[in-house]
Amino acid sequence: MIVQIIFKFSGRVEEEYGDIMKFRISQCLVLSLGGNGMIENTKCECGHNNPIGTILCEHCGKPLTEEMKEKKTIEREMRYEGTARRSQKQTKNWIDQIWSFFSSVKVAVILILITLVAAGIGTIFPQERLTGSSNPELFYKEKYGVWGEWYYQLGFSDMYNSWWFVTLIAMIGVSLVICSLDRVIPLYRALKNQTVVKSTDFILRQRISHQETIDQKEKEEKVQKLIEALKKRYYHIREEDGSILAEKGRISRWGPYINHIGLIIFLFGVLLRSLVPGWYLDQALYIREGDTVKVPEMPYYVKNERFKLETYQGEYAGVPKKYQTDAVLYQKDPSGKLVPVHKQSILVNHPLEYKDLLLYQMDFRVEPKAIKLKVVEKKTKKVLGQFAVNLREIKPDQVYRVADLEIRALEYYPDFALEDGRPITESQEPNRPAFIFEVKKKGQKQGEKSWVISGQNTDQLTPNNQYDIDLAGLEMAQSSGLMVRVDKSLPIIFVGGIICLIGLVMGFYWHHRRVWVRYQDGVLYLGAHTNKSWFSLRRELDQIAKQIGINLKLIQE
Amino acid sequence: MERLMENLLLCTFFLYLLSSVAFVMGISGKKGEAPKQRERRWGNIAVGLAIVGVVFQIAFIITRMIVSGHFPTSNMFEFTAFLCFTIVLAFIIIFFIYRTVVLGAFVMPLAVILLAYASVFPRDVQPLIPALQSHWLYIHVTVAALGSGAFAVGFAAGLIYLVNQVGAQKKGKNALFLELTLVVVLMFISFTLSSFVSSSFGYQASFAHMVDNQPTVQEYELPPIVGPHGGKVIQMDSFLGMKKPLFEAPAWMKGQNAASKLNSTLWGIIVGLILYALIRLLVRKRLSEILHPLVKKWNPELLDEISYRSIAIGFPVFTLGALIFAMIWAHEAWGRFWGWDPKEVWALITWLFYSAYLHLRLSRGWHGLKSSWLAVGGFVIIMFNQIVINLVISGLHSYA
Repeated sequence: MIVQIIFKFSGRVEEEYGDIMKFRISQCLVLSLGGNGMIENTKCECGHNNPIGTILCEHCGKPLTEEMKEKKTIEREMRYEGTARRSQKQTKNWIDQIWSFFSSVKVAVILILITLVAAGIGTIFPQERLTGSSNPELFYKEKYGVWGEWYYQLGFSDMYNSWWFVTLIAMIGVSLVICSLDRVIPLYRALKNQTVVKSTDFILRQRISHQETIDQKEKEEKVQKLIEALKKRYYHIREEDGSILAEKGRISRWGPYINHIGLIIFLFGVLLRSLVPGWYLDQALYIREGDTVKVPEMPYYVKNERFKLETYQGEYAGVPKKYQTDAVLYQKDPSGKLVPVHKQSILVNHPLEYKDLLLYQMDFRVEPKAIKLKVVEKKTKKVLGQFAVNLREIKPDQVYRVADLEIRALEYYPDFALEDGRPITESQEPNRPAFIFEVKKKGQKQGEKSWVISGQNTDQLTPNNQYDIDLAGLEMAQSSGLMVRVDKSLPIIFVGGIICLIGLVMGFYWHHRRVWVRYQDGVLYLGAHTNKSWFSLRRELDQIAKQIGINLKLIQE
Repeated sequence: MERLMENLLLCTFFLYLLSSVAFVMGISGKKGEAPKQRERRWGNIAVGLAIVGVVFQIAFIITRMIVSGHFPTSNMFEFTAFLCFTIVLAFIIIFFIYRTVVLGAFVMPLAVILLAYASVFPRDVQPLIPALQSHWLYIHVTVAALGSGAFAVGFAAGLIYLVNQVGAQKKGKNALFLELTLVVVLMFISFTLSSFVSSSFGYQASFAHMVDNQPTVQEYELPPIVGPHGGKVIQMDSFLGMKKPLFEAPAWMKGQNAASKLNSTLWGIIVGLILYALIRLLVRKRLSEILHPLVKKWNPELLDEISYRSIAIGFPVFTLGALIFAMIWAHEAWGRFWGWDPKEVWALITWLFYSAYLHLRLSRGWHGLKSSWLAVGGFVIIMFNQIVINLVISGLHSYA
């Protein structure tokens, strides 16, 4: 009956751990049938009690399972030193199942590949944010036809913000954590507690192994030479009972985990930006030369003292060379007065930095600053003079004087439009300024009303007027576009990136190499293992063997 | 000064070419001669030539820096030439680790092709727009290119492994895809060749058309098979009696000079296929069969490891250059460290691909054929990023 139950279970076993599971089942079988029903430890011949699920004895490295005993090489198990890992527990509740799922490298690689393909699809057409279109549905349809329509409908046009793409990244994050924890703890324990004297079984089943029969005296001499040679190649040597463990580059084994920690910190930093209010700010503002504007959502004011646009001369005339805003940052003191706190020229690649606030040179535009108007006496068609109206600042009591006339703005519509025959303004931006002026002679009580609407002749509106006010020109001003940023995650993200890089360097620029030597019953056993670059290890051992006269030739010419 | 710059580049080109020839000599020993000795002798000459080539290219980079006032990685010509430089550099490092002459016989010709490909692009010194005026221009681009250079060596070693393993096979998926890969490489060579031939005849054509409602003139240096979308002929030298392009480029190709680039690509494909047909007719062997004897005696485990090792060396460098430095610069220039710009996304895709490769190899034991195919695939992604992204998609990186 036990057999039946066990085989039922094996059907559910993940493919990846198929090998491991199968042997464990057989092992359970042996233990259950032969033992007293207690399945807590797996005892090795050497007397060491191993936690259940252990493949190679923690002490002497001897294969514990029937299946391992049959295998010629234990290389696959050496990856995590044949330790028991949580993901391989036999009885699984739902937490264990989730754990097992995310601890699989196969799952991790599949997640990476899905993300890769999705990210690629997102570059086929420009993303919504980059198109600058207010109606993306129409935009994709008109510009890219049926394909564009589908692209939009499938949500690819704003892919990187879509819930499923974010979920993918989050799953990679979970996978990073669980994969690492599942492996690094048992691996760390195993490598820290590793013993020098390993069973000959363990040595001979390494991917690189060698045995030769030599007498005791020759052995002493050769082993001594071997130690010297290995030391010269920066191996750390441990000796015990005539056995040797030579090891170097263990640091390489921690590389992946440190790299993963860095990535997790990085992703955590990104996550914080959308979780913590005030952690991240993304705004834009335009300031004309000479103006002072409040920085959105921040207790600062910024003044544009001067904006400069330089272009190249000669062959590349017109190519922009420099965009520069000379900015002053102010803060209000308790009395409400603006106090300058920071002064800096903002250039592309040189943002203004003050505490958490960052201001970037992003854009510039030329916009009307003042409108120049001329006053014409209708009868004589004589121009009496000119006056300029500042489009941003019109004070109610402002009087413009031309010859002996006093002109007052009664109404001002910065962005003029008609709604049901009534004049309104659509915004506060001077896109289409319109005015109603009162023109009167000095001392006169009642003047005449005069309309000025940009881009429109208004003579017919007031045919009986004595004076006409006409457009004489515009005074333009350069307006600098600044991007306002606060990103408190930057240090976290930066540290994450650096840790990730350190892990990569540790993992890839070092190699963990171990050589075990044991002498038993007149036979010298030699086994070696590395976590990567086997050819280089073989070459190294061949060279050493040549020096000390061991009959070892691992690379065939 | 500019004359000197051009000559230095020419010297570099010929040194790489000679180095390639010497490497090929090293692996194609005649019968009766001691192969080990021959290999060593030619190998030393070849790597010496490559090193001198690198020195010349450094001299070229310095002179170009003096002429232009900035580090030469700001346009397609400069970047591709620099990529070629990093490939040779990565190769020299790997060569001194493993001392494999056969690797040089593949990598150095690759560098020669790339350098020739680079010089197809306009070589004039252009001023830097404000976004590029930063020391990160050379820190980010050089380090990213160094990583890519190492990946390219991994690609070459993977390709050698494949030729070694399946080059003699007549049937099977592996043999078919290997032949396909080699044909693509041949097309790449053909493209460069046809550009050279055409420009040495001084062929020219130009078209007027609209890009985003802006009137633009597009210059062609190869006879136009495909013209710009809605383009009008301004001037076109006659080619085989052709007075106008055979058809127009699709409207969605929006990159700078997209139609002209598409035209060049078509030339590469057509000439490549013609050359391939000629080779098949004259030699009566597949490309992989021609190459197989050159590499068959090499230890496959060694080739496999070189491919992996190059990628392992390149991966941290690529991470630093193409992601970390890129993010720092993007933060400084655009106010965000990541903005899903197409070029950024493709750098991420490259990185994800190679991280999948490393997981599969180190954790799941993918060695040999699978690993080599992935090494080839990774380089295809890099080239895709380099060529297609610039051809079709215009993003913030469209000046590169």
